[in-house]
Amino acid sequence: MSTVQRNMSLTGEPLKAINPQQKIASAIGLVGLAILFLAFFNLNFPNKALWLSVSLGMVAAGIVWFSVAAYANKHEGIKNDGVYFKSLTSRGFWAWVLGITLTLFYVVLYWFPQYLGLGQDGANNGLVSLFDPLSKLLNGGPASQWFVYGTLYTLAILAFGIKFILKYRHNKYEKLRTYSVMFFQLGFAFLIPELMARLNSDTFSLPYYDLKNIWPLNYYNFEQYRIDSFISAGDIGLELLIFGVASIFIITPILTYKYGKRWYCSWVCGCGGLAETAGDPFRHLSDKRQVAWKVERWVIHSVLVFVVLMTTAVVYSYLGDDSSKYWLTKNTFLISVAVFLTLIFAGTWIFKREELKKDARLGAIGYFIIIISLIGLHYFSGKTLFLFEAETLRKSYGFLIGSIFSGVIGVGFYPIFGNRVWCRFGCPMAAVLGFQQRLFSRFRITTNGGQCISCGNCSTYCEMGIDVRAYAQKGENIVRSSCVGCGVCSAVCPRGVLKLENGPLEKRINSNKILLGNDVDLMNYVNN
Amino acid sequence: MEHIVIIGNGIAGITAARHIRKLSDPPAGETGKKITIISAEADYFFSRTALLYVYMGHMRWRDIEPYEPWFWEKNRLELKKAYVETVDTENKTLHFKEGGSITYDKLIIATGSTTSYYDWEGQNLKGVQGLVSKQDLENLEKNAPNNKECPRAVIIGGGLIGVEMAEMLRTRNIEVTMLIREDAFWTNTLPNGEAEMLSRHIKSHGVDLRHNSELDKILSDDSGNVRAVLTKSGEEIPCCVVGITTGVKPNISFLKNSKIETDRGVLVNRKLETNVADVYAIGDCAQQHEPIGNRPPIEAVWYTGRMMGEALAQTICGKPFEYNPGNWFNSAKFFDIEYQTYGWVFSEERRKDYEAQFHWKCNSDLRCVTISYHKISNEFLGINTFGIRMKQEVFDTWLNEKRSVDYVIENLKQANFDPEFFKNYEREILKEYKNKFKIEM
Repeated sequence: MSTVQRNMSLTGEPLKAINPQQKIASAIGLVGLAILFLAFFNLNFPNKALWLSVSLGMVAAGIVWFSVAAYANKHEGIKNDGVYFKSLTSRGFWAWVLGITLTLFYVVLYWFPQYLGLGQDGANNGLVSLFDPLSKLLNGGPASQWFVYGTLYTLAILAFGIKFILKYRHNKYEKLRTYSVMFFQLGFAFLIPELMARLNSDTFSLPYYDLKNIWPLNYYNFEQYRIDSFISAGDIGLELLIFGVASIFIITPILTYKYGKRWYCSWVCGCGGLAETAGDPFRHLSDKRQVAWKVERWVIHSVLVFVVLMTTAVVYSYLGDDSSKYWLTKNTFLISVAVFLTLIFAGTWIFKREELKKDARLGAIGYFIIIISLIGLHYFSGKTLFLFEAETLRKSYGFLIGSIFSGVIGVGFYPIFGNRVWCRFGCPMAAVLGFQQRLFSRFRITTNGGQCISCGNCSTYCEMGIDVRAYAQKGENIVRSSCVGCGVCSAVCPRGVLKLENGPLEKRINSNKILLGNDVDLMNYVNN
Repeated sequence: MEHIVIIGNGIAGITAARHIRKLSDPPAGETGKKITIISAEADYFFSRTALLYVYMGHMRWRDIEPYEPWFWEKNRLELKKAYVETVDTENKTLHFKEGGSITYDKLIIATGSTTSYYDWEGQNLKGVQGLVSKQDLENLEKNAPNNKECPRAVIIGGGLIGVEMAEMLRTRNIEVTMLIREDAFWTNTLPNGEAEMLSRHIKSHGVDLRHNSELDKILSDDSGNVRAVLTKSGEEIPCCVVGITTGVKPNISFLKNSKIETDRGVLVNRKLETNVADVYAIGDCAQQHEPIGNRPPIEAVWYTGRMMGEALAQTICGKPFEYNPGNWFNSAKFFDIEYQTYGWVFSEERRKDYEAQFHWKCNSDLRCVTISYHKISNEFLGINTFGIRMKQEVFDTWLNEKRSVDYVIENLKQANFDPEFFKNYEREILKEYKNKFKIEM
């Protein structure tokens, strides 16, 4: 990290101080956080409801006031002054402090919840007990470490969402999608599941279900305990289960065809929601080098293959053999998976092969052969499906991908690797949506003729590490799997070159060698 | 193997190099071309128009370099950091200031611009600078690191570089006084309504913008630093930095003793050839013998540099093409207000006698549009748009099709390029147009 060139200054640090109001606001927010810390260190607050409200209220007020002080008195417009001079946003000392703190928080959350105060049978202490009143209010039961996490997560999206809205208040696209992620987080991810939990009784029980959290991001959605629970909950449960399956196989392809993956990644998704709000100050830290893109393609698609294998194995493990009891047997299921994957592979190969680069072809063929031969091996030699026990696969996926990748690295490392590391390298849902976006979607970022000046703002502020400039300066539209459609490249462009839009499939990429504005004969001669 | 040497690694030189490489990837059995790019300014190509963002902390230096370092090796573009002191066209040899030389088969001069000074007293003092090169940026970082070491700066001249410099300094809370001769910002290029709106916007960013004022001389302190400037009206304005943004001129002093014919720039014909065989000039440093259409003979614009590079690459690779630019276009950003122009919209002083203009300004005072058209034929001639993004392709088509101004205003929505969900102003513009001319459309 010592190679980071913080600025060109030789004689002194440029001005980067925060104003007095921001200092007071920061102090208020930090006092709110300090209350949580005291609870964490087992200070027993007498009136928990009051202290929790004070704490969360101060954190929220601190963030909002800070943002108002930062942006309200300034002109509407791009607010990136000094981003690379500030320690927190340029991998300086405070970035590392924050990164390590967040990482430790995730480690404790996932593997040592007892230190947060999670007790047996609801007898919580410490931090978790501070959240008991709110938990009882919403779902009727005591808090868990996940309730604490969910509350803080939602608070972060709401408070930093307001900050983001103030920062981009001149840009209606940015404002609308931020309202949208705030709404989905508060309603779908937080309140509805908590209130649904209230309906549960001894005779009726639904699994905790964030409706917008779609498999394969929600990798555990089809595990046995959830399926059992859905099925035993009668019509509502069955509808939820059908909705879960339809979400990925019907709703997702339709919406992605019409709008690109942005409908999910930057309008609905909770991971995206946190990245776009709390993570926004770190968006420029994503790695733009081509080598990072190569790594990204292999890693994210490998995670997708992993989650497909894992889910297939898990579902296979609890299905029965007897078709007279239930139509979906082990065999029917496994053959359906094989047929489905073959259709996807063959369809892409036949219709879209020209659009696949060499490594994509290699990857597609390689993974397809591996999966199909593993299934074949299982049938013909009776080996365990995919060589490992379903439970081993499930646990490894949960540990490696669900916890370490999406949590510890994904969020903990915001200040170091940027805010969309998980979305870019790890999220299997993003891989599915990205595949559709790249090959079967109307969405593109249109480049405005020959107006690009190669300044690099678009690439720098692309949280997905897309070298947007590389396309724009060629007059080429940007059609990339990973683009989440946040719209910031378009916002920061000083010359009005980029526009996110849904258009016809013809000329979607529209590559030009000689750019618009030059000799018409030359353009015709070279471009055609 | 033919050796193409390019002096200058800006947009013109690099575009030429890239296209030559693309066109000259040799078929089996032939040899390709060797391409060498010489620059004294920077190791790699960078976006000159993005210099300001480095000072403002939006980007690091490497972020304004459009290509990663491996790009040059992969495309066999050899880079040499050296200053060309003399050009010996007899022996096709360049001599470097650092010593050593290089021979060429074909030479492309693409050395760009440098700040134009007008012999002011004190212009060589420490703290007086332009903002064109990487070295200028480094100097500004030294001269104006923060508002303690540099509480106030004075910028001489408006224009694109002047307003960028003002924006840069304001991000470090340095007080900025801007002296411009005209009675509104950039009136030698923009119609008055636009210039006045920009003047108000610049002032709203805390810039002490002074119209109708000119620099008399720059005053020194005891150690040769800038202490103040004296205006022609006799006012003394204390400052630590004086930004000279009164224009740029071709950076061709190294050609003084060569056989290459120069005027203000390197004189070239439409094929971008100089008077000496196998020597070409492109970009800001090239000067057309005869202006092309309404264009000035020296076009110091990013886009024209690129287009000359595109055209010359064809010629070098055996498909002679003249530099024959299409419809004029340009863009800029003034603090928060984006500007795009397509076709020709002239300022008061340069207005053609056949040109009429329709001007619309938004109540926000942040957006306006000026459409120019032919007084008699009503043919659409060009548009300036501020605060509303518009599509180049649409205007390019309309200009080629010689559409009428009525058509353009009625169909303006087709040209809109603002992000989704942005407020549209086309109806408001149409309404005002109809009111102005009391016409039914």
